[in-house]
Amino acid sequence: MANVTRIALIGNPNAGKSSLFNTLTGLNQKTGNFPGVTMDKLTGVWELEPGRNIEILDLPGIYSIYPKSIDEELVINILANPNHPDYPDMAIVVADASNLKRNLLLFSQVRDLGIPTVLALNMIDVAENQGFVINSLKLARELNVEVAEINAKKGIGVGGLKLAVVKTLKHRYASNDALPLPVEEALIEDVQKQFGEADPYRSLLWLMEHDRMKMFDQAQRESFDHLMEKHHFEPKKYKSAETVKRYEQISEVVERCVINLNRQWDAEPVKTWTDRLDKAFIHSFWGYVIFLAILFVMFQAVFTWATYPMDLIDGGVAQLNDWLKGILPESPLTGLLTDGLIAGVGGVLIFVPQIAFLFFFISMLEETGYMSRVMFIMDKMMRRFGLNGKSVVPLISGIACAVPAIMSTRSIGSWKDRLITILVTPLMSCSARLPIYTVLIALVVPEKNTLFGVFNLQGVALFGLYLLGFFMALLSAWVLKKILRAKERSYFIMELPTYKGPRFKHVAISIYNSVRAFVFEAGKIIVAISIVLWVFASYGPGDSMSKIEEQVRLNNPSLSGVDLSNKIASEKLENSYAGHFGKLIEPAIKPLGYDWKIGIALITSFAAREVFVGTMSTIYSLGGEVDDENATIKNRMRAEINPDTGKPMYDAALGFSLLIFYAFAMQCMSTLATTYRETKSWKYPLIQFGYMTTLAYLAAFLVYQILS
Amino acid sequence: MLTLADLRIGEHGEITGFTDQILSLKLLEMGCLPGTEVILTHHAPFGDPIALKVSGYTLTMRREEAATIQIKRK
Repeated sequence: MANVTRIALIGNPNAGKSSLFNTLTGLNQKTGNFPGVTMDKLTGVWELEPGRNIEILDLPGIYSIYPKSIDEELVINILANPNHPDYPDMAIVVADASNLKRNLLLFSQVRDLGIPTVLALNMIDVAENQGFVINSLKLARELNVEVAEINAKKGIGVGGLKLAVVKTLKHRYASNDALPLPVEEALIEDVQKQFGEADPYRSLLWLMEHDRMKMFDQAQRESFDHLMEKHHFEPKKYKSAETVKRYEQISEVVERCVINLNRQWDAEPVKTWTDRLDKAFIHSFWGYVIFLAILFVMFQAVFTWATYPMDLIDGGVAQLNDWLKGILPESPLTGLLTDGLIAGVGGVLIFVPQIAFLFFFISMLEETGYMSRVMFIMDKMMRRFGLNGKSVVPLISGIACAVPAIMSTRSIGSWKDRLITILVTPLMSCSARLPIYTVLIALVVPEKNTLFGVFNLQGVALFGLYLLGFFMALLSAWVLKKILRAKERSYFIMELPTYKGPRFKHVAISIYNSVRAFVFEAGKIIVAISIVLWVFASYGPGDSMSKIEEQVRLNNPSLSGVDLSNKIASEKLENSYAGHFGKLIEPAIKPLGYDWKIGIALITSFAAREVFVGTMSTIYSLGGEVDDENATIKNRMRAEINPDTGKPMYDAALGFSLLIFYAFAMQCMSTLATTYRETKSWKYPLIQFGYMTTLAYLAAFLVYQILS
Repeated sequence: MLTLADLRIGEHGEITGFTDQILSLKLLEMGCLPGTEVILTHHAPFGDPIALKVSGYTLTMRREEAATIQIKRK
């Protein structure tokens, strides 16, 4: 693939860059209209001419070539380094025509880097509705580039874009003759002498942004610093002056190429739908009410609407198991298949409906542009706790999964805000906790009762757990804020995009991707652990297991039939390897109300918490009766008796203690690995693991002691 | 000195300069140039952050950030 032509897509956030990417490549990729969705580069193939495929590279949205946060760094690391494996042959700058000046700023910077560039004007209809008519032919002449009018969402104008790209690739013309704002010539010469020939603006960019560029090592960075000192060059001053200068030039061009049909300043600007909606959505009181209402509907949906498909799956798995046990000969292999594998897989599949609902809501909030409003109304409150309005996105995404949530913190500019957000995000209840919550809530919260006759009490309990995770995240953030020291100031200068109708195709893809990831990624671990667990639970040290059956018969001569086999099964479990592990840690978890069976589940769920339900299924399949009525895990756990008290094992005290433990404990290897990758240090995943697990233990201890 | 933080909802102002060098680059890039007209359109709850219309779109910032933008009334 060495000679493949590569084109980079560059543009402001929300300019329609990712929509264009989808239109051109057909490779479907989630895009949203709030900062930080295109977190990394994406590539796809575009058939430019019959038989000529080129590679399209979609880069994160930026407002200027000078990065302000980690997600933005990627762009200069590719565009300013001709030796980068992704260095493009040319660029398409996608510009929002309804905000032309600001979009042309980025265009002019990219062009000055010496990269042949095509300007794709998007959202011309929006500009015209606002009364601005753009003469794109004239604009092309003035800017000396090929300009293509497109509608990225509807896929209109691709033909014109192709022509513009073919022409630009042929001439390879980049109009980068001079620096926008002159600097001392000796400075550029010095940079070029030491770091090689390059366009003057690129040399200057290297000089100003060397700390953010991975192509330079420590020694090179020091010599850049030395050069700046020698020439008394102040990058901050230069960048500001350069930006003002560029805007001056752009204003002149726009003056000549755009006709403004509105009479200047004498009338109030037209009220748009966005203005009207914002009256409610970012209102000082109604804004919060609406946000809470949206969250509440989300949880009711997850807990009530999703139960119908869930019951179907639950019953189906139990029936399949019974049927298999009926037709297959009784053997260890049948046991492995039914009680190990199918029970484990069933434990994963049943949560697909809830996860699908959750991702439907999150994806809708992203698609419509509402998420930015949430950042806006939450910033003040989040700031008090050492976070940032932008932390809301990771926190809400954390409801689905902490891994992408932690990655989305890259758009937070301040290191301290970002680090705190990373450390507390896993306290948000992710979708892997949902299965555990569902099973335990069903055990300890009555199903029939409602709050004020409207809300399902189980739904309220679930909502409460999510709120608890959220408040604990805030509290931990506040403590971290007091401990950690800031490297730089945090700021919150952000565009509020206009509201957009959701692209249902994108929503559907997002749901599909996350369900698939859950079923296959989490599913693999769950199935593997289920099988290992089945082995450990079916075999024990020495010949102890084979003697059990004999001994039980000897000690309980009155038992027969189902009761006898149950007794044998539970004795076997207790004497298996898994039983011994559970017993080993029982003293440590006894104060929380847990027995050795739960101990087994705790051990297995340290790598991934979603294993809990699968483990419970396996343990209770092995250690209890298996008739039709008790075939589901919920019923088996409900039937469990506490041997010390003779009352049901899963009472309120144990149930809530377990719920709290799972709400706070750090039980996810993938999250720890992501924290390591994003902070580039083992210190932070260790802190994360330590504080969350301690918190979980103490909180579960308190809950159990108070309730029991 | 009048700053953007002094504007009330619905009031217009024209940017005249900046008092913070680090923030000013970001603000300039976002289209807040000297001579540009701004209208304050929203407060978040508790009056912070604020939202303003500038060169045809809505920009949000914190009150302390708005206080670094000098304006004159229109």
